[in-house]
Amino acid sequence: MASDLTLEEVVESMYKEVASVQGRKKLKPMDLQKMIYERFSDRADKRTCKKLGKEAIKELINSGRCVYSYYGGSFIELPPAEGVDK
Amino acid sequence: MSDTPLLDELEKGPWPSFVKEIKMAAKNSAMSQDLLDLLEKSYRDKIGYWKHGGIVGVMGYGGGVIGRYVAIPEQYPNVRHFHTIRVNQPAGWYYSTDALRAICDMWDEHGSGLTNMHGSTGDLVLLGTTTEELEPIFDELIKLEFDIGGSGSDVRTPSCCLGKSRCEWACFDTMEVCHKITMQYQDELHRPAFPYKWKFKFSGCPNDCVAAIARADISFIGTWRDDIQQDDAAVAEYAKTLNILRDVVERCPSRCMEWNGDKLTIDNDNCVHCMHCINAMPKALAPGKDRGCSILMGAKAPIIEGAMLSSMMIPFVKIDEEEDYEAVCEIVEEIWDIWSDEGKNRERIGEFIERVGKSNFLEAIGLEPIPEMVAHPRDNPYIFFEQEED
Repeated sequence: MASDLTLEEVVESMYKEVASVQGRKKLKPMDLQKMIYERFSDRADKRTCKKLGKEAIKELINSGRCVYSYYGGSFIELPPAEGVDK
Repeated sequence: MSDTPLLDELEKGPWPSFVKEIKMAAKNSAMSQDLLDLLEKSYRDKIGYWKHGGIVGVMGYGGGVIGRYVAIPEQYPNVRHFHTIRVNQPAGWYYSTDALRAICDMWDEHGSGLTNMHGSTGDLVLLGTTTEELEPIFDELIKLEFDIGGSGSDVRTPSCCLGKSRCEWACFDTMEVCHKITMQYQDELHRPAFPYKWKFKFSGCPNDCVAAIARADISFIGTWRDDIQQDDAAVAEYAKTLNILRDVVERCPSRCMEWNGDKLTIDNDNCVHCMHCINAMPKALAPGKDRGCSILMGAKAPIIEGAMLSSMMIPFVKIDEEEDYEAVCEIVEEIWDIWSDEGKNRERIGEFIERVGKSNFLEAIGLEPIPEMVAHPRDNPYIFFEQEED
């Protein structure tokens, strides 16, 4: 499937999802990848969504807009507002 | 120095003691002193005071730093943070003394000075630092040409035995393959994206010096396809000092050897490559010349569920050759795709295979079932036949 889905769209979609559940639910990277496919399956195939999803996570982490956390498994969330050990 | 009567007990006896090491570090480190006092309190109260996890790491990485905090920081302020850093060890654990000194100097400056050489996955482990020191430590490690290892739901730092660099029994170049895999999967090592951890381990022969068969999600264990190499003159030499019948032949698990007091005969078709005879008579016997590795999957130590041993997936592959190496990587990536899509949180690949069934798993990754994959005889007498379509 030819796709017009851009990395920027995926990044913003992921960021909004992470922000919307912050403090209520913890999302794993794979939850975000699946969410992207569900949201954009009419515009891109699974392979493209997966590739863009992976790049989007990298972008969110490298830019500091999101961080990894560990609570028995690895999750992605917004950086803490206060000290890191709060 | 405060009193630590309970910990002092652990210094007694002829063995090395971690208490002794922490006491030495405590002479120059307030962090190590608080660690010692906290540990004594834990032993006295029979309570662990550590908290684990949270948000801690270096920019861009999702693994390699394990956040640890003390539950009573007001009493032990110097171990308020006591994070662990895993450093990716060199293949085969070869270091120059200069490199080790540089790491230790860096750690004396930025951390507690305490290390664990090495963790069970293989990493060089730096024990105890604060969140503020993490980025400076990372910068220093990069300058020393080291990188952080894996933690969390990612590819854990791959490890291998020293293989062909020192061991004549190595059936493939463990260090080369381990290094290639480490470099190829940097993204998966530093960015957790799996349901749970994934461990690669490479052992050059069935002695399995890195315990791959018991620990790794995917084990590469050296093996051979032809006959054991045998030097009859050297066997005769062993016969002068070794009871070959009792200590070698009768301990062969598949009973594939005979000794008539003069000549050792091996039925190689029935040899299961346990290495016992080769270990007992290393100057007389050696692995065959047609060497490669077996690939097994599914081991884990007991954390969430009980321990699991690996089971066979690919009995023989020449992974030193580029074409076979790439084919194996394709299978690994196929497995990751399926496991990532269908695996439950904190489900290791061995548990995943058990849950979905090996036949379904093999079908999904495109591997043909073969007899070597059977781990044990079936205990369910009911067999479901599928009607094959013409």
